[in-house]
This record gives sequence, C-alpha cells and structure tokens, in this order.
Amino acid sequence: MRPIRRPLFRDRVALSKPLVFALCLLPLAWLVHDVVAATLGPDPVAAIEHRTGDWALRFLLLTLTLTPLRRLTGRPWLLRYRRLFGLFAFAYATMHLTAYIAIDLGAYWVGLPAEIAKRPYLAAGFAAWVLLVPLAATSTRAAMRRLGRHWQRLHRLAYVASLLGALHYVWLVKSGEKLAARVPLIYLIIWGVLMALRLRWPGPRPHAAATE
Amino acid sequence: MRYRLPSLRGSEITPECIYRQRRDFLKATALALPALATGCRGSTGADAPAMPDTEAPRGRKLDVVRHAPDPAAGPLTAWHDATRYNNFYEFGTGKGDPAVRSGRFRPEPWSVEIAGHAAKTGRIALEDLLAPHALEERVYRMRCVEGWSMVIPWVGVPLGDVLRRFEPTSQARYVAFTSVARPDEMPALADGVLDWPYREGLRIDEALHPLALLAVGLYGRALPNQNGAPLRLVVPWKYGFKGIKSIVRIEFTERQPVTSWNRAAPDEYGFYANVNPAVDHPRWSQRSERRIAGDGQGLFGNRIATLPFNGYAEQVASLYAGMDLARSF
Repeated sequence: MRPIRRPLFRDRVALSKPLVFALCLLPLAWLVHDVVAATLGPDPVAAIEHRTGDWALRFLLLTLTLTPLRRLTGRPWLLRYRRLFGLFAFAYATMHLTAYIAIDLGAYWVGLPAEIAKRPYLAAGFAAWVLLVPLAATSTRAAMRRLGRHWQRLHRLAYVASLLGALHYVWLVKSGEKLAARVPLIYLIIWGVLMALRLRWPGPRPHAAATE
Repeated sequence: MRYRLPSLRGSEITPECIYRQRRDFLKATALALPALATGCRGSTGADAPAMPDTEAPRGRKLDVVRHAPDPAAGPLTAWHDATRYNNFYEFGTGKGDPAVRSGRFRPEPWSVEIAGHAAKTGRIALEDLLAPHALEERVYRMRCVEGWSMVIPWVGVPLGDVLRRFEPTSQARYVAFTSVARPDEMPALADGVLDWPYREGLRIDEALHPLALLAVGLYGRALPNQNGAPLRLVVPWKYGFKGIKSIVRIEFTERQPVTSWNRAAPDEYGFYANVNPAVDHPRWSQRSERRIAGDGQGLFGNRIATLPFNGYAEQVASLYAGMDLARSF
C-alpha cells in the first residue's frame, strides 16, 4: 500500500532535525539562564564572551567533522546535518561579536576599527566572522542551485574561518605558553586533523551535494 | 600560631555593616534599573534572599587601627567577587580555581626569610614581623594586566616601614620577593605554567613609597588563602601580577631581580609593569578596563578608562622622572 498523505518527515534524519536543532540551542538556553540567575561569576561579560566564542568554534569544527566522518563511516546522511551545525556556528559567532561590541566595549566601540587593524587576535576573530557571512547567506537550497559548482568552492572558506577562529583564541591567552594555551591549542590541533583527513580523502564525491 | 595585636573596642573594628549597607544600596539601585541592564536581577524582587554579592566578609577579624577611605577609588568590589575571581596560578589557571582548590593550604605558622644587603637578616615569624606596626585599611584600585579591575579595601602595613627595620645598606637597590611553593598544598604547581616559586621585585624607592602595602587582610578580615594568605604585596599603581602572594622571602639586592612573568614572556610583561594606558600589551589594548562589580553585577557600563599609574600618578609619577616608560614598561 502506498501512503495516501505525504508524511510530515521524509525519513529519520528529517525527523531528528527538530530535536538536533533544540539540542544546539541548549548552550544558549544555559547562558540565558545563567544571565537571569546571575550565576556567571564575578565577570559576567567575560563569561558571555567565552561561552559564545567557545560554542561558535565547537560548531564550526563539528560542521567540518561531518565530511571526513561520512567518508570514514560510509554514512551519507551525516552530511544532511552540515547546514544546521554551520548556521549555529554562525549564530554563536554573531552572538560572540555582538556581546563584545555592545556589552563589553559599549561606548568604547568607537576605537574598534583601529584596534582590529592593530591586534592580530581581533583581526583574526573578526575576519573569521566576516567569512562566515557569505556562507550563511548561501546556505539555502536555492543558493546551492544558483551557484552550482562554485558553491562548494565558496564554502571551503569554512576551513579558513575555523583556522582564524582557533588562532583568535590562541592569541588572546595571557602567557602564550605552556598550560595557559592548552585549550585553544586543542582546537587548533583538531582543525589540523580535520584538514589532514581531507588531504587523505580529497575531492568532491558523488554524494557531496546530498546536503540539506 | 597567630599573630596577635592589641584588641580594640568593638566600635573601632572595621565596620562590616558599612560594606553590607553599601551592597544593599547598590542592590536597590540595580533593581531600579531595567532588568536587562542589571543582568535581569530585577526579577528576584526587592526582598529576595541573600544574593552572592551581598555575602558578608568571612574569616578572622583584624584589628584595624587606621582607615583611609578613598571614595575616588570607586564603589568597592563585592567580597564575594574579590575572593572568587583570582589569579593565583599555584592553585590553577582558572579564575575560580584559587577559591576552590586552596583549602589545603596552611598559612600558619608563617615566617619570612630576610636576606641580602641589610644589617639585620634572618628568619622572622610573621607575628614578629608585624608586631611594631599598626594595621591600616587602604582602599585601592587593582588593575589586572588582563584588562579587568577591582576596588579592594586592603588591610596591612606600609611596606617601607617594615623594610626599614632591617636597615638596608646602600647596596640595596632592589627588593626581591619570593612566594611559597608547596606541592602538597598547591595542586597546580605540578602543571608548570611558570617557573616556581613565583618571584617579584621592586626598585628600592618603589618599595619604600608610602603607597606600597604589605597586606595581611581585606575587608577587615585576614587574607583568605586564595588572596595570598597570610602575607602579600599590594602595589596599587602597578599591574596586579606585581602583587606577589604568600611571601616567604624578602631579599635586598644590588641588581634587578628576576621576576616570574618577565622571565616567562619578557616582551609582554616588563619589570616595572606600571599601569599605563599609553603602553599596550603587545597583543591587546590597555586603554580601558572592565571594572568588576560594585554595581550589582550589571552587564552594561562596566568598561572605564584606564588611568596612568592606575590613578596614582600624582603620588608616584616622580619615581619615574626621566624614564622612557614605553621602553621600561
């Protein structure tokens, strides 16, 4: 028997998406809770910046994990989460930048352009966000069709954006050495591994466009 | 073993209620502002149970003889924040680590070794080190090199008064300080972030300046472990890392002593480390700072301009007359 009505969800991946979407919102919900409950600690502004920045970087790296993971496991459906995670990376990066400018700098934002030009860590972080803008803007199905083969080339900017994001983090830690730099270096190492996996299994594959 | 000072009448003891009143006032002010601007504190209502930033100072009360309130320093940072947001890498690099991981640290009994170019050297018990001096309260701004700041009512004695008792000789051009390093009590020593023990130093004229304080307490109470118990340096016109904690050794030297952060990253952390908005850290600006609390932990409006010598230029700028502060940063 053929189904009479079109099912609400095409398959299990489609069914899981609202749930995954909700999971991706959890860090934000947790942050909002902590702001409202005033449990962000003595320097709440720094805490907001650190958390949104961390999650932007995590989602960005998670997005870049799906392609090699698909090749390693042979599960093409993994790629269908790529846009979701990528857009959450952009969302958290935007929150991070907004928190820095609107909350932290406040009236001191006027000197920001000069600061960005002068500070490699600010320049790297800002450039990372700027690179994510066209990626978010061209994440629709229509944009993919319109851009055709250029779409994939454009979206390789995610490699650069994630590297810049990790460098942004590495460069802002206090001592620049040993343990204080361990966490940001872990992000950088993960980025390196993800890039190495792409060199090992390079090139677009037949199912690469099976993104949703 | 505790150092004892003559006990005073209750009325002369640090008026803890003042801190609390101030906190209550600030809380009331914060509640009157839009909820968003105060981290949504407004939702808790005016008669909410005690919130973290209204927590009363704890620990052994000190008999403070002289108070020097400084309204110009700004509203006091809450006790809660000043004792839970610390850089004390021997207990961990997280700001909350020192408060959480310093429970095993034993600040008593305590003694300090006096060495180098002075007539009187040797080991001295902390109570003997402090005995001739009256404890003073000093409200100082504290500016961290990382870009945040606090206002703290320290309790201590002028460093110069203590140092002069040991009769430094003409060869004593610098004073070197060393922190304690106890692997059993300081869990992060093994992580090797810096070369332990922590070391700091001052030029002798800086050390003898009346603003330099050898602190034993804050908010009228003995220093908690995370704030550098039982004895620490406070040099309010310099970045916070100059304020070496848990001091066990003071040496009068002829040559500029090695200091920990300067040794770890000489291009980023100078020996002088005077607060200076005109000299940036190589990687970030020092023109402004984020003031921590004192305003009910609101999210907005915490950023303020950083002042030359952290606002103490009038008192200390003459120490550096003729020096290029961009080179000797």
